[in-house]
Amino acid sequence: MTTPEYALEVSNLCKSFGGLAVTQNVTLKIRPGERRLIIGPNGAGKTTLFNQITGDLMPSSGKVQLFGKDITRLRPDQRAHFGLSRTYQIITLFAQDTLEHNVALGLMGLRSARWHTIRPMSFYKDIAHESRRILGLVGLENRASLPVSDIAYGEKRRVELTMALAQKPRLLLLDEPLAGLSSSERTTVKSLIASIPRETAVVMIEHDMDTALDLAETVTLLNYGKVIVDGERDAVIADEKTREVYLGS
Amino acid sequence: MKKQALVILVALLIALPLFAGDFYINLSTQVLIAVVFACSLNLLVGYGGMTSLGHASYMGLASYIVAILTTRYGMGHGATAIISIVGTTASAALFGLIALRATGLSFLMITLAISQVLWGLAYRMTSVTNGDNGITGITRPMPFGVSLESASSFYWFTLIVTAASFAAMATFVLSTFGSSLRGVRDQPRRMAALGYNPWMIRWITFIYSGFWAGVAGLLYVYYHKYIHPTSLSTTNSAEGLLGVIAGGSGTLGGPVVGAALVSLLKNYASGYIERWNMLLGIVFLLIVLLMPTGIVPGIRKLVGRIRGGQK
Repeated sequence: MTTPEYALEVSNLCKSFGGLAVTQNVTLKIRPGERRLIIGPNGAGKTTLFNQITGDLMPSSGKVQLFGKDITRLRPDQRAHFGLSRTYQIITLFAQDTLEHNVALGLMGLRSARWHTIRPMSFYKDIAHESRRILGLVGLENRASLPVSDIAYGEKRRVELTMALAQKPRLLLLDEPLAGLSSSERTTVKSLIASIPRETAVVMIEHDMDTALDLAETVTLLNYGKVIVDGERDAVIADEKTREVYLGS
Repeated sequence: MKKQALVILVALLIALPLFAGDFYINLSTQVLIAVVFACSLNLLVGYGGMTSLGHASYMGLASYIVAILTTRYGMGHGATAIISIVGTTASAALFGLIALRATGLSFLMITLAISQVLWGLAYRMTSVTNGDNGITGITRPMPFGVSLESASSFYWFTLIVTAASFAAMATFVLSTFGSSLRGVRDQPRRMAALGYNPWMIRWITFIYSGFWAGVAGLLYVYYHKYIHPTSLSTTNSAEGLLGVIAGGSGTLGGPVVGAALVSLLKNYASGYIERWNMLLGIVFLLIVLLMPTGIVPGIRKLVGRIRGGQK
């Protein structure tokens, strides 16, 4: 079986809320393993675009393909089973549950055992073991038994990323993964993102350009729901329109 | 300590008919039926975050199916019990399809509307339900030839069914599916992104909850040997909900304690206080003020605080 040319192919995607067009004919092509940064001013439609790729929002028209498969009409959970994973701008973890349980939920999400109405989560020793192993990779193993509500904000960001990575996605969407982090926490999360294996293509929305540009190979600039500039990182940053719309002179 | 207390409680429940009179045995039977009903509602409210004001529909429906089939068509208890549970579960599946088109307040309103329709039918379809007169002449089953006519034998029968129901529902919420259900209650979008189907998880829970409400309905109709449209009323649903919230929704013990409290106030205190509803209101108000998350989580917190203080 040949590997499809693109991990994600978004074609002529449009979305309107009443008279407000939030996504206008957006076309994006992300190659397997690519690192893409999506930039744009507030309200440019970056998160709305993510929500259409993940299925949280249905587009008004256009097509979304994941590794050659048309997923435009699939539910978010079905898309997850095709290798799509994401993180959120606002942390959405299970605050009362332990870090281990949070990661275990991520692992269980892709298994048929999630429907089991008799066996408890603790029955699946391999899941517990794998959760601890993954938490160990991000330096949170000693925190595994704590409830999420008891850990620091930066650690929560790491847990969220860990939950998404635990599923070994083929395409990972990161929505402002560095938002609200201190300088040292940014360094930790940045190195975590940099360590994501090449089997996973990463599309990231981020405003911290200094950090994000180090991670990106390609950049897409969005404004008013439209793709303004798209291409190699240095070319996009050097582009006149990027300075005009986003970076400033 | 916890285990010992549980053993003593179970022993007391089993031995109750040996030292209590018929009045208290029957009162305990009613409490047990209320416990099964409240636990089934807790699956929706506490673990699924789906507050329903129409749960008595399933209890009433199961009761009416048994009453009609046994008194009008002379069918045996075994067959009617199966038809009743299958019919009630199927109706929960159907009503779930309608109610789960919404969440939150809209979900609550749909469950209320459905229950009102069923209550209205029970009142108005007199040719089938006998309307306001209700259906009398219902008999109790004789499982394995054992008569359930006496207060104590029916109490033990109810105790066995309640224990089995509680164990089944506890297993359900502690399973991986139960973890998914709690996840969907707290973060449905996140759960969907992780590969879970929130709608399907809610629907399965809705059906399962309807099933156990049906079981409570069977016990209810066998106990009273009579059925009236009030069994499907909003008041009945609200009393169940009150029990779940007062005891502590989303906990295993909460609905047990809450249902026992509501049931005792309704069936026991009402014998001494004319305005027992007012007493129920005051008790509920005190619970909300002193233990906003319910009696069981409140006591748990209190014990934790005392133990913490001792350290």
